[in-house]
Amino acid sequence: MFDYTEKIREIARRLLQEKKVDGIIGFKKGTIPMMNQPVFITSPDRVELLHWDSWCGVNLANYLPKREGRIGIVAKGCDTRSIVVLSQENQVQRDQLYIIGVPCRGMLDRRKVWEVVGSTDVKGIEEGNGKVRVWGNGFDLKLERSELLQNNCVICVHRNPVVFDELVADEVEEQSVDRYGDIRNIEAMSSDEKWNLFQEIFSRCIRCYACRNACPFCYCPQCFVDESRPQWVGKTIDRTDTLTFHLLRAFHMAGRCTDCGACERACPVGIPVRLLTKKLEKDVKELYGYEAGVQLDERPPLDTYKPDDPEDFIK
Amino acid sequence: MKRLVLTKDELTAWVRRMTEGVRVFAPVAVGDYDEFRLVDSDQADLIRWSYQNTRLSPKGLFHPQAERMFKFSTSKEDPEWNILKEVPKDFSPRVIVGMRPCDAAALKIMDVNFDTPEYKDPWWVRRREATTIVGLACTSPSSTCFCTSVNSGPFDTKGLDVLLVPLGDGRFLLDVVSERGEELCQQFGPGGKEADSEAIATYEGLKKKAEAALVPIGDLSPLKERDMLEFFNSPIWDEVQFACINCGVCTYLCPTCWCFDIQDEVYESEGCRLRLWDSCMFPLFTLHGSGHNPRAEKLQRVRQRFMHKLKYYVDKYGQGVACVGCGRCVQFCPVNIDIREVIRLMLVQCECAV
Repeated sequence: MFDYTEKIREIARRLLQEKKVDGIIGFKKGTIPMMNQPVFITSPDRVELLHWDSWCGVNLANYLPKREGRIGIVAKGCDTRSIVVLSQENQVQRDQLYIIGVPCRGMLDRRKVWEVVGSTDVKGIEEGNGKVRVWGNGFDLKLERSELLQNNCVICVHRNPVVFDELVADEVEEQSVDRYGDIRNIEAMSSDEKWNLFQEIFSRCIRCYACRNACPFCYCPQCFVDESRPQWVGKTIDRTDTLTFHLLRAFHMAGRCTDCGACERACPVGIPVRLLTKKLEKDVKELYGYEAGVQLDERPPLDTYKPDDPEDFIK
Repeated sequence: MKRLVLTKDELTAWVRRMTEGVRVFAPVAVGDYDEFRLVDSDQADLIRWSYQNTRLSPKGLFHPQAERMFKFSTSKEDPEWNILKEVPKDFSPRVIVGMRPCDAAALKIMDVNFDTPEYKDPWWVRRREATTIVGLACTSPSSTCFCTSVNSGPFDTKGLDVLLVPLGDGRFLLDVVSERGEELCQQFGPGGKEADSEAIATYEGLKKKAEAALVPIGDLSPLKERDMLEFFNSPIWDEVQFACINCGVCTYLCPTCWCFDIQDEVYESEGCRLRLWDSCMFPLFTLHGSGHNPRAEKLQRVRQRFMHKLKYYVDKYGQGVACVGCGRCVQFCPVNIDIREVIRLMLVQCECAV
């Protein structure tokens, strides 16, 4: 995927020179290994900053809501699905965008690298032929790329952009995978087991809201946790307050979440927050036969009524 | 002061003796990262003597993320209706073992806010007074660390009472650096033996090597010398702010960010006054009662974070920047906003302005 960089720069240069867009949202190379930084390029002289590799897990659609003007955006499959949802929700207009689609083989998860090398201090990393070489103090290892994929990428079924104006490369092969194995395991647990599991998982939360803020769909001008007159949700790190935040946040994602993994990736303490959103994704799929962010002209199930809506779950 | 050499077993035994007399907090593995936790005598051998940085800084031991300050009753029948009563807190003596020098230096920076001639935060002050700190020198700093550029260092003792230095052969050099450290060693004898010249030479060598491993980020004196408004009005903030998602990772992981909010929570007739960490990244942080928000835009909030650390603090207290170079924000910012790069941009901007 490293060879995408040149193509992205070339397209960006052309778009800016021809004044087709006011700016391009893409990535620039990060200051530390395994990280890249979202960047907004408005001048053709600066397109050399644009960069692409396996560490572009941030969902750039997060930078679209309320942005005016004509925007070019570099977008993976999941980012384009977010763009579809944002268009449906009127946060961005499709004709405002020039989508530079990136067929994606999955983004990598630095936590998996840290685990394998036994340190968070990675001095360098490079990739080629399905292998990843990583080195630092006292280690220099060659790892399988497939072992380091972000968890959401392992089960991704939309690696290719679902909507785009131009692709940077040929489409990649889509995967056929079981998306909900872990969710079924949790569904099979008793209420007590589930309660204990979720308490344990969320006990680490420090309420930094990185999960919320990394999400393209958390664009509310006032989040429910920030309602202060009167205050809706407690702000401590007690179990009740923390779980209230996470459960309510997840419910707001029902029928919208495209499992881009931005929330989980942003979490500084490694909480698998996707377990909640995936359960809702599974429910929406089973109850309404709907997959979020795939068709621009569809309406999401939770903002439409159809006389023949399945009602099996209303008891 | 005293310098001793201890084997790892002797060190563990020393900590174990402490746990029998005082509360001991130490870095232990919690899932896939390290955190300061209260340890008992059985857990003394779980202490991680080779950890990099704890994910969260130990500031929470002095300035808890969520603290019940007072409780009160809202029932008019209660004779003590609406009277704030302090919630009991534990100020018994304690030792924090294994704190990195940067995190200890951060406490000195926070003292400037919580313990001043005019204002003393009683809980901060009492916790500080109750605490003896046994530091752990960084013999292999991370590539995100830059302590030597910001008035600290991998062997910096300024916030410590005792410094432990892993000598690389399984032994530790114990350097007593304050009277309080002396008292700790009197109360709980560390054992071991007097450090010989060879051990001291090893210590000096490790210190030099660790300091040399840290990449300097440049001369920070322009931050002090240049006018505040030059920085404030600089165009760099537009570039710096773009990627920011305004989450609280940087401020909550930071060992020197001290901002908090005070809230009353009432359930039925029971009320509680809480102190909670707050973050200048959050829009609510500066929202006025009138509804006006002087920092309504992301750019203003991002600028505030860096200006506070790198300019306002410098100007107000004359003690350098409010950053100890621990690198947590560098490593965990989800969108790779790197304070070293921000400092570089501020310095470059200074050079251009001449």
